Amino acid sequence: MTTATPVRGARTSSMAQALNAALRDSMQADPTVHVLGEDVGQLGGVFRITDGLTRDFGADRCLDTPLAEAGILGTAVGMAMYGLRPVVEMQFDAFAYPAMEQLFSHVAKMRNRTAGRLPLPITIRIPYGGGIGGVEHHSDSSEAYYTHTPGLHVVTPATVADAYGLLRSSIASDDPVVFLEPKRLYWGKTEWDPAVPTEPIGKAVLRRTGRSAVLITYGPSLPVCLEAAEAAQAEGWDLAVLDLRSLVPFDEQTVCEVVRSLGRAVVVHEAGGFGGAGAEIAARVTEKCFHHLAAPVLRVTGFDIPFPPPMLEHHHLPGVDRILDAVARLQWED
Amino acid sequence: MTVLDHRHLAAVPGWLPGATGPRSDPAPLLPDAAPVRVLGTPAVEKTDPELLRELYRRLVVGRRYNQQATTLTKQGRLAVYPASTGQEACQVAAALALREQDWLFPSYRDTLAVVARGVDPLEALTLLRGNAHTGYDPKATRTAPLCTPLATQAPHAVGLAHAARLAGDPVVALAMLGDGGTSEGDFHEALNFAAVLHAPVVFLVQNNGYAISVPLTQQSAAPTLAHKAVGYGIPGRLVDGNDAAAMHAVLTEAVERARSGGGPTLVEALTYRVEAHTNADDATRYREEGEVTAWAGHDPILLMERHLGAAGLLDEKLVRESAEEAEALAARMREEFHTDAVLDPMSLFAHVYAEPTPQLREQADQLAAELAAEAEVHNR
Ligand SMILES: Cc1ncc(C[n+]2csc(CCOP(=O)(O)OP(=O)(O)O)c2C)c(N)n1
Repeated sequence: MTTATPVRGARTSSMAQALNAALRDSMQADPTVHVLGEDVGQLGGVFRITDGLTRDFGADRCLDTPLAEAGILGTAVGMAMYGLRPVVEMQFDAFAYPAMEQLFSHVAKMRNRTAGRLPLPITIRIPYGGGIGGVEHHSDSSEAYYTHTPGLHVVTPATVADAYGLLRSSIASDDPVVFLEPKRLYWGKTEWDPAVPTEPIGKAVLRRTGRSAVLITYGPSLPVCLEAAEAAQAEGWDLAVLDLRSLVPFDEQTVCEVVRSLGRAVVVHEAGGFGGAGAEIAARVTEKCFHHLAAPVLRVTGFDIPFPPPMLEHHHLPGVDRILDAVARLQWED
Repeated sequence: MTVLDHRHLAAVPGWLPGATGPRSDPAPLLPDAAPVRVLGTPAVEKTDPELLRELYRRLVVGRRYNQQATTLTKQGRLAVYPASTGQEACQVAAALALREQDWLFPSYRDTLAVVARGVDPLEALTLLRGNAHTGYDPKATRTAPLCTPLATQAPHAVGLAHAARLAGDPVVALAMLGDGGTSEGDFHEALNFAAVLHAPVVFLVQNNGYAISVPLTQQSAAPTLAHKAVGYGIPGRLVDGNDAAAMHAVLTEAVERARSGGGPTLVEALTYRVEAHTNADDATRYREEGEVTAWAGHDPILLMERHLGAAGLLDEKLVRESAEEAEALAARMREEFHTDAVLDPMSLFAHVYAEPTPQLREQADQLAAELAAEAEVHNR
């Protein structure tokens, strides 16, 4: 197992750079970590997340593959069976779909099928979500497919520090991890220190405390929720914001603690609502916290439509107003 | 053993009879040893001069279209444009080899083939502009939507061709894809289905050297991509993709062969991607500028001009009219894309199902209310 041994001190960087540092430090610390995918070598990936890895670790450690997602993930399965820790890059959310057979039928089930004899420590990095003006098939939020598949961890950072910490932990995990990168947060810079470990996978983190209600969210919607919480002050609402960080495992304990203490919750994500991750969270919270709830758990999500063309995507993606509308519906008269 | 020596099991003495019986004759499966060329060879004498002039005109107009669309991305007027600059001969020939009733299955780089097929040049750009997914009516021009997930349109072409044949219609489907796309499973499954179903379909691979940053040598270890046909039992052809006359000849032959019941063909066109992958790509990270300059000497327009000039077919009228048509089209593109289109946000719900679900109706109402509230704030 790779141990998090950060090599450099505090810095200001983008999420993209933090992900690059996590790959770099993992490869440095553990020679079994291998990166593979389309354009990850010479080009450094279309988002430059793997920038310089081939130069510094060689083409065997960071491999430009032929253009075939099923081939990439299937090859990673075999590599993991032989003791390596593959980190796979899928170029865009919807281009991971050709690999679903490998993911659903093999990656997710190998440990179970072999009674624990063949665990697969594979990390599958997938840039996901909208907000960057991508055309068709470049902006899907497919987390519900992954969370519905037993055997997969599903992790999604929303801060620069988490991008580093969660990716290092994912690579170190002995189980397969679907690592969803909110691509619209790639370029925002903040200060962070790799030497300060972030919370482990499976722990939700309260990003903002509040007394009125909690916004439960993850990934690309975290900054939107924080903005909404700021704006809500003008209405007299003091909103807490909870960042799930990982959907599987799901931190039921923290979520329920916060919901019980506040009695009102809104779940926010940009994927469509029907059959989405928010449906699971709302149902679970209702089951576990029913007597503490002052209002039904509401969801603010994208519409149940194929991801729209770039010029219309802002109508689809949940923004501050839609979140505040939901908060307004939280039966404040009670 | 080379491909040339390949023999079927049926030819092996003493091989058992049964389901693995004699299949096709291996001879027609052989790829061309060298890429087929027409311009600058004696074969050009047999080519209709009017066709050559028509190809020239379309190459010139296509080049201008590529340039103008690339400029529009720099001005932020298109979301993205994967240029086919330098690949115009493949694009134009693909469209011209088809008859009206045939179907084209393009990839995202094939806007020009779509335009050459008769789709309005501005409608063909709707996807890349970012306004809608497919701006044109696929049925009206028998042109499938520009396909973004690689190679996934190839099995569609096979299915359509198969269905048309079942209906007794003389329809051929042409699927276009890049060299990188030949690595995807869908490409291989499509070839195999086409072969087994004996479907009237043609696969055109534009081998332009790179799949984003990955050169062909890292994509495939086959001697040529045309060789990939052999294992599936269909003919593979290798052609100079910058020679518009050769492209037209080979594709027409393959299309008509399919139409007359001869089954599928895989055509590999050797060409070069002059621009970066898209405007979002930085080609200096993975290729030398010298390479681009070297290919400039083998430019499709240059090759055609050279031939027409030598044959006395390049009169001033043709040059002037082609240039004028190109400029008029470019001006139309600039004009149309100068302003933002007025889009209806409610269109988001219009075509998800034949009948919207109750949930979608509710969501449409929600958006309508949001828009009304916004308008009110705006008008205040
Ligand atoms: C299934 C799938 N995987 C990845 C991508 C991302 N992608 C878009 S274009 C491209 C390169 C394609 O190269 P090639 O097939 O040679 O066509 P070209 O762009 O050169 O015309 C890649 C990897 C995609 N569109 N679809």
